[in-house]
Amino acid sequence: MQKFTTFTGLAAPLDRANVDTDQILPKQFLTRVERSGWGQFAFYNWRHRPDGSPDPGFVLNQARYRGASILLARENFGCGSSREHAPWALLDFGFRVVIAPSFAVIFRNNCFQNGLLPIELEPQMQDEWFRRVQAKEGYVIQVNLRDQVLTGIDGFACQFGIDPFRKRCLLEGLDDIGLTLQDEAAIQTHEQTHRQPWQAAVAGVTK
Amino acid sequence: MPTLLDKIWQSHLVRQSPGQPDLLFADRHLLHEVTSPQAFEGLRVKGRGVRRPDLSYAVVDHVVPTSGRELPWADQVAWTQLQALRANCREHGIMLLDISDPRQGVIHVCMPELGLTLPGNTVFCGDSHTTTHGAFGALAFGIGTSEVEHVLATQTLPQAKPRTLAVRLEGQLPPGVSAKDLILYVIGQLGVAGGTGHVIEYLGSAVRELSMEGRLTLCNMAVECGARGGLVAPDETTFAFLRGRPFAPQGADFEQAMAHWRTLYSDEGARYDRQVSLDISGLQPQVTWGTHPGQVMEIAGRVPTPDSFRDPDAVKAAQRALDYMGLKPGQSLGDAAVDVVFIGSCTNGRLEDLQAAAALLKGRRVAPGVRVLVVPGSGQVKAQAEALGLAEVFMAAGCEWREPGCSMCLGMNPDTLSPGQRSASTSNRNFEDRQGRGGRTHLCSPATAAAAALAGRFVDPRQYM
Ligand code: SF4
Repeated sequence: MQKFTTFTGLAAPLDRANVDTDQILPKQFLTRVERSGWGQFAFYNWRHRPDGSPDPGFVLNQARYRGASILLARENFGCGSSREHAPWALLDFGFRVVIAPSFAVIFRNNCFQNGLLPIELEPQMQDEWFRRVQAKEGYVIQVNLRDQVLTGIDGFACQFGIDPFRKRCLLEGLDDIGLTLQDEAAIQTHEQTHRQPWQAAVAGVTK
Repeated sequence: MPTLLDKIWQSHLVRQSPGQPDLLFADRHLLHEVTSPQAFEGLRVKGRGVRRPDLSYAVVDHVVPTSGRELPWADQVAWTQLQALRANCREHGIMLLDISDPRQGVIHVCMPELGLTLPGNTVFCGDSHTTTHGAFGALAFGIGTSEVEHVLATQTLPQAKPRTLAVRLEGQLPPGVSAKDLILYVIGQLGVAGGTGHVIEYLGSAVRELSMEGRLTLCNMAVECGARGGLVAPDETTFAFLRGRPFAPQGADFEQAMAHWRTLYSDEGARYDRQVSLDISGLQPQVTWGTHPGQVMEIAGRVPTPDSFRDPDAVKAAQRALDYMGLKPGQSLGDAAVDVVFIGSCTNGRLEDLQAAAALLKGRRVAPGVRVLVVPGSGQVKAQAEALGLAEVFMAAGCEWREPGCSMCLGMNPDTLSPGQRSASTSNRNFEDRQGRGGRTHLCSPATAAAAALAGRFVDPRQYM
């Protein structure tokens, strides 16, 4: 996984609550079997009109947000389908950070797995960032993960919370699977001590 | 006093260390074609194998066509995805219910009916509706593709323990009102993020009286209020359902298993992080009016005015939803013409659901111009429905009787809505574009969907009963 320490980028405001993963990465693209190249489909149905032309009304199509890498979002961001294609699409589109008052749990897990940092802020604080980003063109935010601080281009700053384990994984770029494989002995012990007699019979008919 | 969640959690704990999420053992790992290819690819890149292929079970369901299975499919990319699943299962020795397998179906329909999900199990699957399996008193989580890879490689999953939310449903469901109405009502009450971070344990007399099918519907949609999982403690209904299923324990093993399963409940005095009690005795059939499952109303009610919501975000969301849905504040849904009716999905694609719909359609004809797709949740459901004469009822009424799969629940196969088309759907998500770009989805029960098919608009299904 890509390490994450500090990051500075242009912020874009997506002012909608309950943005679901179907909107972030519409299902018509889900049939690809690759892990890369998903950015072109991010928010596809919002970025494009039904005839395929760009929809100038959508915030990410506005010139002032071109190249944005920090997404400001609203409540319950990433709800719906568990598809990890949604964070893949956001990352490949150029986002490294999503800031919202709350996230759907599976989506948040998926972000951490891919080095996309989901930051949760109090709703009032999030309102403040929205105001600032919307008021000033070219509003850049610096994200300092080690100190857990967001700093705006105008000097406005706030702290954010993060699970210490997640933080460590991001800072060190740790691979979850690699970590768990170090527990091989514990896994084996569990398998041996928790084998129920009736479960053996289940395994017997699986082939 | 432990809750049911505590008991299952404790018995699956592989490792617990401070500052790290707990490591849970996976009893069942379910796989399908959409969220698994990149996980297998990840294993390959790292030179890792599948630790317990004997505890991994795969099925193809999301992209399969539901009208005829002629090969190859028109959609080349979907076809590639099927080929990838086949190759991965073959390579790692994983059981696959392929399209020609009579047991094939939507993953959350066909796996439980095979007896694969047992009380007290942990069940992980790269699909958010994995919550369905909680109906057996199993701890079942939807996971992302990186986590799928993690389970494949280690048969474990690192997880922070969720909080608990007890949802107590007391009273008796009125006739003609089903588990689907119940869960839509619950989501409306809790809100679409009302269960976030929690596992919901459903308790109370209304839950005890539900069939296994009804409980599956209830747990299926736990995720629609953000919950990590749903749980119903196993009881005689659960045991009767499991007895004799091909993958459930057999004979003396079953008796022994049952003795253990009887210990799986939340102890008297167990503490939950939150509790909600609802009396559902007067519950009316429910239907969604907006673009998330929490935007729901009684079928005879009126579409709300956005200003009636207190929270400014909810006002904005309601405005946007009404706009998208082509509805006016205060209007009755009886005025909105339905173009398509979809009966199926992992929410309502089981035999009981088809029976409920067929009971209304029997001897009647679908309203002119309404397209009705009936998609059984699995090959077994299809066979049973055909044996019971339900398929004939549907076809005589003018419905399409199709092959099992996810179908119009998410429209990844050719079953989709056209822009502006309105559907009455027994599935679980009414998000924008979910059933096809610009499609307008109203979620409801199988009976309400059947009534919409007959009337060509939303009416109280009880008038046909
Ligand atoms: S039926 Fe719908 S919700 Fe269920 S697994 Fe298929 S796509 Fe997902």
